[in-house]
Amino acid sequence: MTAAMLSRRRFVGASLLAGGGLMFELAVPIAAHAADGAEPRLLTAFIRVLPGNRFVIGGKNAEIGQGAKTSLPMMIAEEFDVDWDQVTVEQTHADQSLFGAQSAGGSRTTAREWLPMRQAGAAARQMLVMAAARKWNVPEDGPTTASGMVKDRRSGRSIAYVDLAPEAAMLTPPDPSALKLKDPAQYRIIGKPIPGVDTPAIVAGKPLFGIDVAQPGLLHAVLETCPAVGGRFKSANLDTVRALPGVRHVLTITGNGEAESLLDGVAILAESFWAANKARESLEVAWDDSAQAGFSTESYAAQAATALGAKAASEVLRKGEPDAAFAAAARTVEARYDYPFLAHGTLEPQNCTALFKDGALEIWAPTQNPENGRGLVAKALGIAPEKIRINLTRIGGGFGRRLMNDYMVQAAAIAAKVPGTPVKLLYTRQDDFRRDFYRPAGWHAFAAALDGEGKVTAFRDHFVGFGTGEAPVRAGELPGAMVPANLVDAVLLEQDLLATNLPTGWLRAPGSNALGFVSQAFLDEVAEAAGKDLPSLMLDLLGSPRALAGEGRGPAFHTGRARGVIEKVVAMADWQGRGKLPKGRGKGFGFYFSHAGYFAEVVEVSVADGQVKVHEVWAAGDVGSQIVNPLNALHQVQGSVIEGLGQALAGQKITQVAGVVEQANFDTHPFQRIDATPKINVEFVITDNPPTGLGEPALPPVIPALVNAIHAATGKRVRSLPVDLA
Amino acid sequence: MAIRFTVNGAAREIDVDPEKPLLWALREDLGLPGTKFGCGAGLCGACTVHLDGAAIRACLTPVGSVEGQSITTIEGVAALDAGRRVGEAWHTLDVPQCGYCQAGQIMSAVALLTEVPDPDDAAIDAAMAGNLCRCSTYVRIRAGIKAAAKSRGAAA
Ligand code: FES
Ligand code: FES
Repeated sequence: MTAAMLSRRRFVGASLLAGGGLMFELAVPIAAHAADGAEPRLLTAFIRVLPGNRFVIGGKNAEIGQGAKTSLPMMIAEEFDVDWDQVTVEQTHADQSLFGAQSAGGSRTTAREWLPMRQAGAAARQMLVMAAARKWNVPEDGPTTASGMVKDRRSGRSIAYVDLAPEAAMLTPPDPSALKLKDPAQYRIIGKPIPGVDTPAIVAGKPLFGIDVAQPGLLHAVLETCPAVGGRFKSANLDTVRALPGVRHVLTITGNGEAESLLDGVAILAESFWAANKARESLEVAWDDSAQAGFSTESYAAQAATALGAKAASEVLRKGEPDAAFAAAARTVEARYDYPFLAHGTLEPQNCTALFKDGALEIWAPTQNPENGRGLVAKALGIAPEKIRINLTRIGGGFGRRLMNDYMVQAAAIAAKVPGTPVKLLYTRQDDFRRDFYRPAGWHAFAAALDGEGKVTAFRDHFVGFGTGEAPVRAGELPGAMVPANLVDAVLLEQDLLATNLPTGWLRAPGSNALGFVSQAFLDEVAEAAGKDLPSLMLDLLGSPRALAGEGRGPAFHTGRARGVIEKVVAMADWQGRGKLPKGRGKGFGFYFSHAGYFAEVVEVSVADGQVKVHEVWAAGDVGSQIVNPLNALHQVQGSVIEGLGQALAGQKITQVAGVVEQANFDTHPFQRIDATPKINVEFVITDNPPTGLGEPALPPVIPALVNAIHAATGKRVRSLPVDLA
Repeated sequence: MAIRFTVNGAAREIDVDPEKPLLWALREDLGLPGTKFGCGAGLCGACTVHLDGAAIRACLTPVGSVEGQSITTIEGVAALDAGRRVGEAWHTLDVPQCGYCQAGQIMSAVALLTEVPDPDDAAIDAAMAGNLCRCSTYVRIRAGIKAAAKSRGAAA
């Protein structure tokens, strides 16, 4: 870090705390993560050293259950060289100019923070060592640290960090990049199973979540929007609703036509949520949904069928000579696959609290992506970004839904109409299902060319998705670098894009959660035609260990790492012994690479009377050299596996009639329950690569492994989700 | 209309519409936000509390109907022996992920263990299938209930 960078920052360094103790605020440069597309930034990590030699470490990332509020402070504490039970973690507010990226998405946090978090801890530790060396008048390389103490072996002296506060406060932080970090063999916190920092408060039922935010004089708001997303407000019986018990305000909200920001609506503000929602039953709104009413699940399917029967509108990728390769093929395998729109269904419905006062906004938001929200609110309401303070609450599930901030803009727009009164906007479950940013549906017509030896010589995918012109909707892209397009010499990827009024968004392992299913299930058909099993076909396709370019700024794909997890899971799951399974029982395999993580999985099912029972799942993953928190890592993989099985088996799909989403609650868009939970075996292949995230990559392979298992058990191919064997 | 009932061992009285669901009375009128809203339709179990020891869905229970009865919520469940054991197991096994469903999971688990001290997988699945965990912490919920069952009789 240059001196100029340092001097721009007011608080960098160590300062004495009133009442004793020491505050470290350490700025560490963070390399721009390619996929963020961001400039390199400074990260400010804070550590407070308190009397009694206890330590408060700032947790800067929103916690959605992915574990970052625990894992990032673990990295700091490790290099700061304190014991974990001396540490408490405090959630910071949202301010990327101070804390760097605070978003929770794309499984990127671990990769982005791994170095700077450790450097921040090491810099603070080094300042304490320097302080002790001065106090004792010994060389700086003499003292050592452990458990929040500095020791000098030669003289036998030792001193608690907190007692070095006066000396440390005088020092300038060292250059973090010049610090020597610990050898992983010495780790005492990283790599240990550590429960979530909020677990005791969760178990005690403490108010942690956005829905729990309390403010004096708070009003509760519900928001009615057009059932067909995007419809415009015409008129409503506002005065009737204003006269209902408990109702304080009924407001029309004029939107800007962007679902990501603000759509037209009617807000009812009352003394309780229940009163507001009850009053809503009497609300009658006339909407203009003429531009939306033509969209339906049925019409999408009909348009997709027509498109797949004709020449595609555009080519996404042409590599080698696919036409010649298909013409020369000894055999061609073809199949069509599709999958539906899906909702996120976070268990905590979307909500946000906002207070507009003296031209400034204070927001309490369960958001995965606070800075995006700040920008949207500023633009929609014409408030300067620096006049918006965003407090981060714990989040009752994200899965990508809360990367969008529509609920934040809505709450702010409502609060701006009642200055001085804090307003909590809460969605009902029906609102939550109707106002989602859905995983887009898609259709694929695949073809693979095989030569006489059963080698794949060409691959083709005609994809029908959603978009405008040649621009696919959010999370609806067909990436040219997807497996197996990146492994075959002759490839043709082409697409048609349909129009929809449904806003789309990122659902855990976006893109991959659908593409993993269709591509690996299709390759299982190709393997069968080639007289092989899918793991063998994949190993053939992968070939020798080498790095292949990723998509855009995405991570490179290393075939050796893919081989590693495939070979591992084949051994774990006794894949070769699967022939011994009784009739009606089968094992299936799936591999996928997403969010820089490599996962291969095997699923064992039995099928009776059209009912699928999943007995056991084996998952092998490679996310680099270090599992930061093995306890949370296991949770992430278990959660991903069960979620993926649910996408296929629970009956999930979003359907639409006359522009309106039909599903309104967990009965019509079900998620997996405890009674469908199989035994899940997880192992990590440790490789010499920087650690990467685990929130997503374990999900995509489980779906093809499941449908391939159903094929092994029954001979039936599942080419459409959700699974329906009737 | 004043409604009187016992919450976590303490006598409480609130003056609200008796049709108001117990869930919202707890959260808004009694200052107990630990009980969660997930679906409002008896489909997710996030709002599970105990009515005289049995697990009920507070989102479907009009507060007027619990007049004179005894309610236990997540804020008070640790006072029960099974509540304490479940809480400890939940912490040791780090059951929660996002944590939002866990108040309901714990209330259902405690009700189960009070009735069936040593449940097998089938009994656990039957008792817990009404509690959705969107983060899919089910492997650990099963393990947590078994650990809590095993610690029966152990000192506090
Ligand atoms: S909120 Fe009561 S069951 Fe879902
Ligand atoms: S822990 Fe997130 S819903 Fe259960």
